[in-house]
Amino acid sequence: MVRWGARAMRYLRLFGLFFRIGMLNELEYRANFFIQIFQTLLGLLVSLGGLSIIFSHADNLGGWKPDELLAVVGIYFLVGGLINLVIQPSMQKLMEDVRQGTLDFLLTKPEDAQVLVSVRQVQIWKLVDIVLGLLVLTVAVVRMETVLTLWTVVSFVLMLLAGAIIIYSFWLMLATFTFWFVKIDNILVIFQSMYEAGRWPVSIYPAWLRVILTFIVPVAFAVTIPAEAAVGRLTPAMLLGGLALAAAMLILSRWFWRFGIKHYSGASA
Amino acid sequence: MLALIAYYQQRIKTSFIVQSQYRVALAIWMIGLVLEPVIYLVVWRTVAESSGGQVGGFTPGGFAAYYIVLMVVMHLTQIWHMWEMEYLIRDGTMSGRLLRPIHPIHQDVSENIAYKVLMLIVVIPASLFLVVVFQPDIQTSLWDALLFMPAILLAAVLAFMVGWVVALAAFWTTRTLAINEFYFISMFFFAGQVAPLDLLPDFIRRVADLLPFRWMLSFPVELFLGRLTAQEALEGFSAQVIWIGLAWLALRWVWTQGVRRYGAVGG
Repeated sequence: MVRWGARAMRYLRLFGLFFRIGMLNELEYRANFFIQIFQTLLGLLVSLGGLSIIFSHADNLGGWKPDELLAVVGIYFLVGGLINLVIQPSMQKLMEDVRQGTLDFLLTKPEDAQVLVSVRQVQIWKLVDIVLGLLVLTVAVVRMETVLTLWTVVSFVLMLLAGAIIIYSFWLMLATFTFWFVKIDNILVIFQSMYEAGRWPVSIYPAWLRVILTFIVPVAFAVTIPAEAAVGRLTPAMLLGGLALAAAMLILSRWFWRFGIKHYSGASA
Repeated sequence: MLALIAYYQQRIKTSFIVQSQYRVALAIWMIGLVLEPVIYLVVWRTVAESSGGQVGGFTPGGFAAYYIVLMVVMHLTQIWHMWEMEYLIRDGTMSGRLLRPIHPIHQDVSENIAYKVLMLIVVIPASLFLVVVFQPDIQTSLWDALLFMPAILLAAVLAFMVGWVVALAAFWTTRTLAINEFYFISMFFFAGQVAPLDLLPDFIRRVADLLPFRWMLSFPVELFLGRLTAQEALEGFSAQVIWIGLAWLALRWVWTQGVRRYGAVGG
């Protein structure tokens, strides 16, 4: 247990280090910060505009009340920001490195290669999305006027964590495929368009699309299920299921990564 | 003129061959094209079902028809050169194009045509799939279908010209991303993507009438679905023609100014 804790601390420090590097790189381009704010606000306009048009014609959407959908919007931004902050840029870098043969340098470093590839590229301005997402979520929770129970808070945090782990494992497995199929960066486009669907609770989609959004591209676990926790609608069974799936995905992606790296013969040597 | 026709023939043929090399990429772009209309189709269908079977004159089947036709029109009117222009200019590729004895826009037009035709191989099965899944309620008269043809052609021409003017912003700034996003969000609200314009507040509808965006997208859709009166259709065609004229003037002016400003990078 102590050993595990120490290792987790080391990984966190490593992430902190890469975060600082990302920050130093980006502080040279401060205008990008304002561009990011502009983009985030436009994204928010799309979400809120859509919501207000819909709720001028109806008082709920598939059982979700306006403030509850506002919570979905907040979580959509929060999780999207998290993905774009570190997961997606790091995985993109991994794909590029495999293509160019520069991954070899990383493999020689005395640290777990999976950890290194997972955290080494940080786009700090995406913090804007995270902050805004938290703000929207807070507004939504305040407007719902329900009493926050310990269960709601704990289950929300756990499901957010599980969602992040599931998305991360999903990305790692996708990126690992580059060891065999070198050029798959188009998959990024698929993920981005699929993630758009998460602006709305997946329960409104027809069954075939819901299956895709739950098990093939896990948008449901990233956004809808944490949102159900936040509005206090999560059952203990769903909580356990989410946690179990997160653990399983983490182990599976770890195994697949190791399997892939064994197949990687290097390009520069 | 004959030389231009020969140029187009050859260019379209070449683009056709080049683009069909990237079959996986084409299929993947397709997902992006299909998914957005499907999301809003589902959202509005859900709203219609929960408010007693219809919203603002649209039944669930009506929404399905609207968004499936919208998807086809989006495909036929799309333009992506605003994402490329900045790169062409920064990279210096534009210098080479400017040296040719023909306006660079012709190359983009022929690529655009080739792409739209080629992608019909995917767009048609995709729309048939959506028809089977969502059971749209389409009651199009022959008359509507005939009028749809010129409307879609004018819409495609207008969308291309407006999109190209937006792309030319790259001559002045390298921050085209923000401009492009502004353009696409205008399309989202004013061209009937977030919802059929009939469902928007009066104020936004009136603004949409004055802007070019709805004439590039929602007008052909509404025409095809028989939702417009003869007078509205006539007004729509006039708006399309007027906007094409304005876009043509803007294009010429912005292009001359931009080229004058262009300091070649690379070569």
